[in-house]
Parts: sequence; structure tokens; C-alpha cells
Amino acid sequence: MSKILVIAEHDGARLNPSTLKCVSCAAKIPGAAIDVLVLATDSSAVAAQAAAITGVGKVLAADNPANAEGLAAVLAPQVAKLAADYTHVFGPSTTFGKDLMPRVAALLGVGQVSDVMSVEGPHRFKRPVYAGNAVLTLDVPAGDKVVATVRVASFEAAATGGSAAITKVDPGVALPTHTRFVSRSGASTGRPDLQSASRVVAGGRALGSADGFKLIFSLADKLGAAVGASRAAVDAGYIQNDLQIGQTGKIIAPELYIGVGISGAIQHMTGIKDARTIVAINKDGEAPIFEAADIGLVGDLFSIVPELEKQLG
Amino acid sequence: MRRIMVGVKRVVDYNVRIRVKPDNSGVITEGVKMSLNPFDEIALEEALRIKERGLADEVLAVSIGPADTQQQLRTALAMGADRAVLVQADAVVGPLSVARIFHKLIEKEQPFLVLVGKQAIDDDNGQTAQMLAGIWDRPQAVSCSKVEIADGRATVTREVDTGLEVLEIDLPAVLSVDLRLNEPRYVKLPDIMKAKKKPLDTLALADFGVGDTPAFTTVKVEPPPQRQKGVMVKDVAELVDALKKKGLV
Repeated sequence: MSKILVIAEHDGARLNPSTLKCVSCAAKIPGAAIDVLVLATDSSAVAAQAAAITGVGKVLAADNPANAEGLAAVLAPQVAKLAADYTHVFGPSTTFGKDLMPRVAALLGVGQVSDVMSVEGPHRFKRPVYAGNAVLTLDVPAGDKVVATVRVASFEAAATGGSAAITKVDPGVALPTHTRFVSRSGASTGRPDLQSASRVVAGGRALGSADGFKLIFSLADKLGAAVGASRAAVDAGYIQNDLQIGQTGKIIAPELYIGVGISGAIQHMTGIKDARTIVAINKDGEAPIFEAADIGLVGDLFSIVPELEKQLG
Repeated sequence: MRRIMVGVKRVVDYNVRIRVKPDNSGVITEGVKMSLNPFDEIALEEALRIKERGLADEVLAVSIGPADTQQQLRTALAMGADRAVLVQADAVVGPLSVARIFHKLIEKEQPFLVLVGKQAIDDDNGQTAQMLAGIWDRPQAVSCSKVEIADGRATVTREVDTGLEVLEIDLPAVLSVDLRLNEPRYVKLPDIMKAKKKPLDTLALADFGVGDTPAFTTVKVEPPPQRQKGVMVKDVAELVDALKKKGLV
């Protein structure tokens, strides 16, 4: 039988929704027993939230002041030690999990499956490669521990309402001091994070200027959406680099993506094609983005976007 | 010798439209343009800048791949790397084996800093830096957008989902770099000529005792599910209706 340990992502007070997605992924393995590991300074608040996730057998709580900032180098040896009794160790494919899980796998001497998008069996998984332009089905050797990151966009959040037991654990391993936390600063826009937002409004070179991009910000705020951009808009200097969507930028999978003045170059399309609904607004009816769009509107963005904002009430 | 080791990978060029082989065994790479992984180019550029600031003496580019990977290592040398090592492997070598091979190279080369791209744009694993740091028992900083070196330490800014995180790490350490760190230089013709004279050593995978058995078995590779053809609306009112019908607004 599969025994799965899910590594909780949290900020010390609140459990990140990515953990509920990981539990959903774990629950796809028939008959799996699922435990959640919370590593924190004081795990009580987060452990209680983890214990409420439906399908969780028990919550392991490892309290240590060194765990305060969730540093991969500090957490990895603890996770590797506690993983001994488990057949699978899952973490989210967020920057937290991507940092931690490969280090855990290396300490355990096994490979790591990145971005699980579908569970095909206890040791068989699907994951995207080539920026989602191909889907790989792979087998982890039967005797190996499975260490994986779960592509959070591919799974629904697990329900809550359960009441799993919480057990304090002490991994009893030496922790490194070579890595020290200095500071963390939030996204300066005050808008939802591009990578995890359920709605995204993205602008392209047709916006014409940084000033023109204000239209995008305004519509995004109306929708409570994150702002993104094509590489062309970034290269033209209309908007900062970290908002670039595409093969060399961010790969996103929101419920709703609205592309404004974006032609749909292949690099950009690879970044958005997992969006549930793609809306394209472009003055060129031949633009390639319309081939992938669920809803397309041909016209002048400078009149369409303000009108759209108005009609959204 | 203050040395920086940069891991680079030969990948299908980012402008190539990926096609899956008809027998679903992989993607078509024959006759396709190959390049340095773009994130690794950023890693190399950063190493060169650190050297140009007088904080390193040598930049060593290392790669694991088929004999043709020499082309990408020549590009790395033309960009400014002093020396290159190719560990020749004809089969695909996964991140855990790459990390183990890099670790052996580290024991020999004794770099104070190892830089790699945050992921390769072919397998999109994003694991090499973390695995190497774990095996080496040294600090890691993933997705760096700023790197400062001083007094045997690095202060690095990392891109995380919630914004930016700053870490202070002791050297030696392994960094993986993100898009915002820098813009790699263009290679000029005289540099390409000069690169031909720079040392490029080829080592056999067998010498590393790591083996080339992949961590996982490929069952199949398929094209992604195709999107359904959508609808065109004629004005904003229709667009809003369509969004409402889908429950999106």
C-alpha cells in the first residue's frame, strides 16, 4: 500500500492552498494513506489547518526555530529523515516545493518527478516537458521512493472538514547554518501573483507604451486579475521582466486569460495554453492567438478595453 | 585559482516548434537547431561578469551530452569562458546523475561557486542545482535575480511566488539563475575565432562511475491535448455575455 507524505507549504500562520492540491493529487493513488508534514517554528496553527483536510490520516508537526523561513537546505534533511516510513513524498510545484523537493530526492538518492499533472498509477505519472508542448508519461522504478512536485494548476483543492490527529515529531538531524534568511519583499504591485492567479490580463506590444499599459492594469484591477505581458512588450520596455508570460517567462494556468494586443507568438502561447478560457482582443483578425482563443474579438484595443471595463460594471 | 563552474546544456532551440515522434518515444531532434539552454547562458554571463569585477580568475563551462555538445561549449568559450569540459554521454542523463557527475568535477576543480540555469527548456525539470547542493552538502539559491559576492559569502535575491527573497549563503555554493539576472552578451566573430584555441577537454561518462541508467523509464511522449476551436464575438457586449455564460465574470 502507498504511504504518502505531503510537505505542507505555509507562511507560519496559514496553510498555502497548494497543500490542498497536493493532497488531492495523493488521493488519486488508490488506497493511499496520506499524512501531512508541517515544519515550522510553532506549527500549531498550520497543523490544525492541515488536520482539517479531508483524506489526511495524520499530521506530523516538527517544531524548530531553524524552520522559521522554510529554507530548503534546513528542511531537506528533516524531510529526508522523516520520509523513511513512506513510499511517496509530495510537495507543491511552487517556488517553495521546487526549491525543496529535488534536494530531498538527492539526499534520498532517488530521482524527482517534476510537475505531476496526472497520476496514472502508484509509480506512473504524466508531466509536461518542452514548456507543455509535449506530455511525458514515466515510470518510477517499483522499489524506489517516489519524490515529486505536484503541478498545482492540474488538481482541485481537497475538501476540508476532517479532524486528523496531530503528532509532534523530532527528526533529530543536524541542520546546516550555511544558509541564512535576510529578507522577503512582497510583489510590489499589490495585485494577485501572476503564477497562481485565477484571472490574468496580459498586454502585448500593441499597447504602444508604458503609459498604454495602464489600460491593462485598470482592467486587471476591475477583474481582480494579475497582470502579465508578452516578451515583445517586455523587450520594448513597457513593463517589467518578471511579468513576462511564455517559454522563458512564467507558465500560467488561470481560469481566465485575456490577451490584449498580443499576436500569439509560439513562445507566448506555450505559457498560456493551460488556461481554462483564453480571450483574445487584437486588431489583426489573422493573429495566431485567435487559433487558440476560446473567445476572440477583433478591433481596436484602445476603445474595446475601456468599454469592456465599463460593461463589467 | 578562484574558479567558477558553470553547467550548460545543449537543448532544442527555443524558437523550434516541438514535434512528437510518431512512435511516441520522444520529440524529434534530428535536423533541428540546437542551442545553449537560455537559462544557462544567463548563468554563464553572470560568471563572466563576476570575473570581470575581479572576483574570480577562471570561468569553467561544463556540459554532459553527445559529442555535438562541443558546438555549445565552443559558444560558451566564445562568450568568454576560459575552459570547457564535456562529459560525453550519448543517452539522456537525468538530473540526479548530472548532479553526481558535477559533484565529482567539483572535487577535482574546487570551484568557489557553481552556476546553472534554473531549468533546461527541454525536460523542464529544474532540479540540477538543488540536487547538486544536497549531494555536496552546500548552500543553494534557486532562481536568482541578483548575486553579490564578498568576503567568502554571497548575498542573493531569489524570485519566489510571493515576490523576492534575499538569502546570505556561505561559499562554496550552488546558484540557479532566473531570467531577470542579466542579459547575455552577443558573441562577436573574433571571439568565435579565439574560442577555437581555448581548451575543451572531453571525458568519458564511464570514468565517473555514475552509470547512465535513467532514474525513470519513459513510457510515452505525446502531444498535449488540443484546444477546441473557439468562437468570435463581434463587440464588447457579446464578449461580456460570453464570459457571463461561462460563469467567468
